[in-house]
Parts: sequence; structure tokens; C-alpha cells
Amino acid sequence: MSALHIKKGSTSHSAYNLRPNFSDVQERHTITVLVENEPGVLARVIGLFSGRGYNIDSLTVAEVDHTGHLSRITIVTTGTPQVIEQIKAQLGRIVPVHEVTDLTVEGPFVERELAIVKVVSEGDKRVEAMRLAEIFRAKVVDTTLNSFIFELTGAPDKIDAFAELMRPLGLTKIARTGVAALLRGS
Amino acid sequence: MTREMTGAKMVVQALKDQGVDTVFGYPGGAVLPIYDEIFLQNDIRHILVRHEQGAVHAAEGYARSTGKPGVVLVTSGPGATNAVTGLTDALLDSIPLVVLTGQVPTFMIGSDAFQEADTVGITRPCTKHNWLVKDTEKLAETMHEAFHVATAGRPGPVLIDIPKDVQFATGTYQGPKPAASHYQPPVKGDLEAITELVAAMETAKRPIFYTGGGVINSGTGASQLLRELVDATGFPVTSTLMGLGAYPASGKQWLGMLGMHGLYEANMAMHDCDLMINIGARFDDRITGRLDAFSPASTKAHIDIDPSSINKVIRVDIPIVGDVAHVLEDVLKIWKSRGRKTAAAEVAQWQEQIQSWRDVRCLAYTGSEATIKPQYALERLEALTKNHDRYITTEVGQHQMWAAQFLGFEDPNRWMTSGGLGTMGYGTPASIGVQVAHQDALVINVAGEASWLMNMQEMGTAVQYRLPVKQFILNNERLGMVRQWQELLHGERYSHSWSEALPDFVKLAEAFGAKGIMVSDPKDLDDAIMEMIEYDGPVIFDCLVEKHENCFPMIPSGKAHNEMLLGEAETQGVIQSGGAVLV
Repeated sequence: MSALHIKKGSTSHSAYNLRPNFSDVQERHTITVLVENEPGVLARVIGLFSGRGYNIDSLTVAEVDHTGHLSRITIVTTGTPQVIEQIKAQLGRIVPVHEVTDLTVEGPFVERELAIVKVVSEGDKRVEAMRLAEIFRAKVVDTTLNSFIFELTGAPDKIDAFAELMRPLGLTKIARTGVAALLRGS
Repeated sequence: MTREMTGAKMVVQALKDQGVDTVFGYPGGAVLPIYDEIFLQNDIRHILVRHEQGAVHAAEGYARSTGKPGVVLVTSGPGATNAVTGLTDALLDSIPLVVLTGQVPTFMIGSDAFQEADTVGITRPCTKHNWLVKDTEKLAETMHEAFHVATAGRPGPVLIDIPKDVQFATGTYQGPKPAASHYQPPVKGDLEAITELVAAMETAKRPIFYTGGGVINSGTGASQLLRELVDATGFPVTSTLMGLGAYPASGKQWLGMLGMHGLYEANMAMHDCDLMINIGARFDDRITGRLDAFSPASTKAHIDIDPSSINKVIRVDIPIVGDVAHVLEDVLKIWKSRGRKTAAAEVAQWQEQIQSWRDVRCLAYTGSEATIKPQYALERLEALTKNHDRYITTEVGQHQMWAAQFLGFEDPNRWMTSGGLGTMGYGTPASIGVQVAHQDALVINVAGEASWLMNMQEMGTAVQYRLPVKQFILNNERLGMVRQWQELLHGERYSHSWSEALPDFVKLAEAFGAKGIMVSDPKDLDDAIMEMIEYDGPVIFDCLVEKHENCFPMIPSGKAHNEMLLGEAETQGVIQSGGAVLV
């Protein structure tokens, strides 16, 4: 067998044993998918992720163009760069998919999530919960003498932070919408 | 053209408008209105199969041998679930199919009605796309879209689920409208990338074309362009199982099939090349062997119409997304305009190296005068049939690999086999589909007896429609490939890999109303094959072969291309535990 002939400094070869092609680093990507709003389209997207063993960290979907019957699905996923590329290519070949955008690559982008958080407490804890909610600009959408429901919007980190703070103050339930995201600028 | 008609009539009208001449199907309660419309017309021929799986494989054979989409019509529930294996097979081998299933009426969906199944749910992962049509007004449009989706881009199977009330209701029929769909995969490749490929071709010292089923799917024009390119550059060419026939087996540059049971010269050339030009193949695991030792020193170009095939398993340097025929046309044009350059002297050296691999004669086997060796049977079949207008289908296993090794294909669309899914039971119905499309051709299903038994009911179809398919069974009374792996991998413990109660195939043929021929002596083989060819009707040819023959060459699981086994002497302890988990 002949020896490897690889030019010094060359990047155009793909000698596996010399240069790892695929990074093992797990990356988090936010991908939006514009789809025709037809029955089963969400099942196709979710089925793709489960069938091929990809991760879904968060997924949101709603119709965004009523006349054109288009929905936007926003998916947050983690994987190696190769897996992320595959996810985008696989999404792109689903027939009712019109457009796949990787916001993490095309960025900068804005991402927001809405959460509603139930906190059950009395006395000082109740006061402290209210004070923290003001700092986070959370709205009170329901109250009884021993409970609040807060509504909070923000990046997922902010909601994580709020939930962590509320836990010792009587957080009993939380509902989150998952991430919605768009590219900045025009 | 627009006019009012029932949904059932729309289905038949849409099939006619799409140029469909043949439907493979099986009736049942939920498709009776459509069957009624089929009864009332003469333009479309309906072939009644004996099992819905057979209908789908027959349609695959029809599609693969004609380049047109195959059409299937089956009922709800079990009709649809029986079609699932065929759909998956067509998905993995990129065969265009339009499968129509009946469904319980819309108002009964979800009630666990008789013969109800969630057909679109079940078939979602095994179709390219599918539809449940709940409104007769949308039926015609969906039918036309289905043909477009099945054939555009990377072809594949699609399914339309049609509830019975939608078939009875009246709506407005719309004829096909070109470009109505948003689904328009690009066919032209990026010219910059194509120029990069041409530049690499000009300087390559050890180039190789690695072609696949995409060349066949791109149409006969693609095969023509491939031949022109190969002959003009003088580069060697190998092919996957699915791509056989795109470049002629008699061609000067032909290396034979590559991969796990591919030829030594093909695999060695893949391993040592400095430029690999993948045309419509997908770096399947049967091809690559051990990934980290796959062709370590080559620049890799990949032409594929499906972007998800690129960089899926092997990182390539020059990706080109586009249809093979379109891209090859541009490659030729640019290569010619730049002065038809190649590193001719180095390529000639490379050819010498390849010749030394050819001289190994990797397909050599030990002959026998007492028993028929399966390789010998195929050599004789090749010799006695190669001048016929011949189509070959296969089942799955050792016989399939031997057929790929020992039969030569001069043209595309002449070789129908289950590559991706490896479906035992594919060959018999596929041969029927091919024969329906090519009434006067010699259609042979090269089979093993175990695979053949999986869809043998379709002999009834062959007899009913006077389809003279030849079932060439290499009978070793074993599940040969399973037995081979048990020998190499599982300490010769032959767990459940032989049949103790095989039928008498000659009597079986007679029971179906076909002809049976049995042969066990090598001296009688030629006469028996001639008798099979000359018989005007379906034949079951029971060729009793050596029971313990292994299929070589072989790249054991977990090994690289240059670690091939060439014969029995090399097989001791070759597969280590790491490789044993691979299939």
C-alpha cells in the first residue's frame, strides 16, 4: 500500500487518522423552521428527532401566517457540529418545510420565553417573593391570600434564575412555553 | 380540465392524467368505490397480487426497470400495514412510488372501526411524504402533488390515505398543474464547486469514480454522461450494489462492485485513491467499512441531490448538491473547456497498480464436479443469458452478492435488488413488476430458497397474468449469509439457520400451474438453464448447490477496505468483539 501523500498545511484532504474531521464539542443551537400548517407536520419534525436520535431541549410552534397557512417551529437542540448540520439538512428535506434557519449561526438573534409560576407562601416569604418578582419585572396574574401566579417573559436563563430564587419561597408549579426566537435587524 | 365527479373517479382520472398504465393492488372494503371505477375503464391495467407487500415490491420492480413511478392500490388497516415493508424498502433505495390506501369514512376515524389503522401515522417515517385526504375537493390536487413529490429531487415512496366517504362524495376535478408545488429541489450544481472538482480531476494521480443508485435514478442520460466522462478521462470506475449497470460491466475502466462483498480491485482502489468522486452514492456502511480507515489519503467529492447525504457519515471536501445528469453535463463542459487535462502518466501508473490487484482474481473459487457451486451456477446463467433482453431481480443474501459479482450489467434499469433495507422476499414480486413492464424480456429472479419462500404466493400472480418470470433458486437448504456469519462470528453454532422442511419446488411449481425444473449435477446445468429460458411461461428453477459455500471477498465488520478476506484460509478469528456488534 502506498504512503499518504498530504501536502504540508493542506486542509483539503480528509485523512481521518491525522486530523479529526468531526468535533465532539456539544453545541446548543436555536433553529427556526417555517412549515406549511398541515396536519401531522409537527409529528414529522418530532418524529425526525426521535427517529434519528437527536435532542430537543425546547420546541414551540404556532401559526404565524394565517392566509399563507404557515407556522413557525422554534427548536432548541444540542449536538456536535456534524449532528447540527444533519438536523438542518434532514429538516430541510421534509416536504412541507419551506425554510430552515439556524439562528445561532446566522445571529445575532433575540430569544424569549414566557413562564407562569405559582408560588404558595405566607408572611416574610410572600413579601420577598413579591419583591423579587418586581426586580424580574414579573407580573402578578392571579392572587389569593396565600398564593401568587407570576407571569414572566425573558431569555431562558432569566426564567431559570427566577425559578431558582422562587423555589425556597414556595414555588409549587411552573409552566413554560419554550423558546420563540427571531434574527435581529432587517 | 375541470369537472364534477366522485372521489373514486377522480383517483382513476388523475392516474390517467399522470400517464399511469399499470396499478398493482389488492381490493378490500375501504377501496371498493375505486375498484368499481377501475372496472369501468380499460386504460389502466390492474395487476392483482396475492399480498400487499407483493404489490409494493412489484411496483418497485416496475419503477426501477422503467424509470417511471410505480402505483399501488390497497385497502385500509391490514392492507396498509402489509405495505409498510415495501414502503420502507422503497424509501431506503429511493424508488418513486405512489401508494393509495383506503381508509374508514372520515366520521369513523379514531373509533377503532373495522379495518381501521392510523395509516398516515404508521407510514410517516417510511414514506417521503404522505397525506390523509378528508375533502374530495382536495383529492385531485393531492394526487398530482403526490406524483410530483415521488419523482422530484431524491425519489421515494409517497402515500395517500383516502377515506371511503371521500371516494363516494362528488367534487371538482382539476388536471395536473406544472410547478404548483412549493417543493422544487434544485437540480443544477454549484458551478464553483464543479470547477473545483474539475481542477482536482486535472491533477489527480490516483482518481476513482464511485457511483451509486443516484446515477440510475437520474435517468438514462446520466448513465450516458457517466460513460462519456469515464471514457474521456480514463479514470477507473466502481459502483455500489444499487448503481450496477450505469457503467457497462464490459467497459474498460470497470472495477466491479465495491463494499463488503465487493471486488478486491475496487476496494483497494478506493482505499488508495487520491481523488474519490462519489456520484449519487451515500457512503453506506456496507461500502465504507471502518470509518476511521476509509480511504485515508483522498480528496473526496460528492455529487448528490439530497443535501442530507453530504457529510452524513464521511466528511467530503467538494460537496455538490444537484441532479447527477445536470452536474455531469457541467463537469464535462468545464473539463473540456479547460483543455481536457488529466495527469495521464500518473493515471497510467495507477492503472498498472489496479491491474496488479485485478490479477489477484478475487472471485476465483474451488470448482467441483460433484456439486454445483453457486458461483458456477451464476457463471453459467450469465453465459447463457447475457445476449438476451435480460432483467435480473434478486432476493437478499449470499445469492444476491454472488449475482452482483458474477452477472454483468451493460445498461441501467436492468438490475433490481433490495439494497438499503435488505428485504428477503423482494425478488419474486419485483420480477413480476418488471415482467409486466417488459412483456417480452427475459426476467430472472436470482433467489435463495429461504428468501424465495417469503413471497412465493406471488407465483399465483405470475401464472394468472401469464408472466414468464424465471425463479432461479440457488438452494443450499440454509440461510446462507446467516450461516456464514455464524461460522465466522459465533463459533460455528448454526442457530436456526437451516430449513428442515423445504417444499418440493418442482411439485410446488406444478401446483401453481408453472413449470418446475430441478438440477443437482453440474453436467446437467446448462441444459436445465436452456430449458428454463426456452419455456414460455413462469418457471421455478430449483438449483441444488453446495451447502457450505461462503461468499468472498469479504470485508469483515469493523475492518478497513485493505483488510479484505479473499477465501476460506483467511477466515480464522478475523472478526474481533468490536466488529461483532456491527451487522
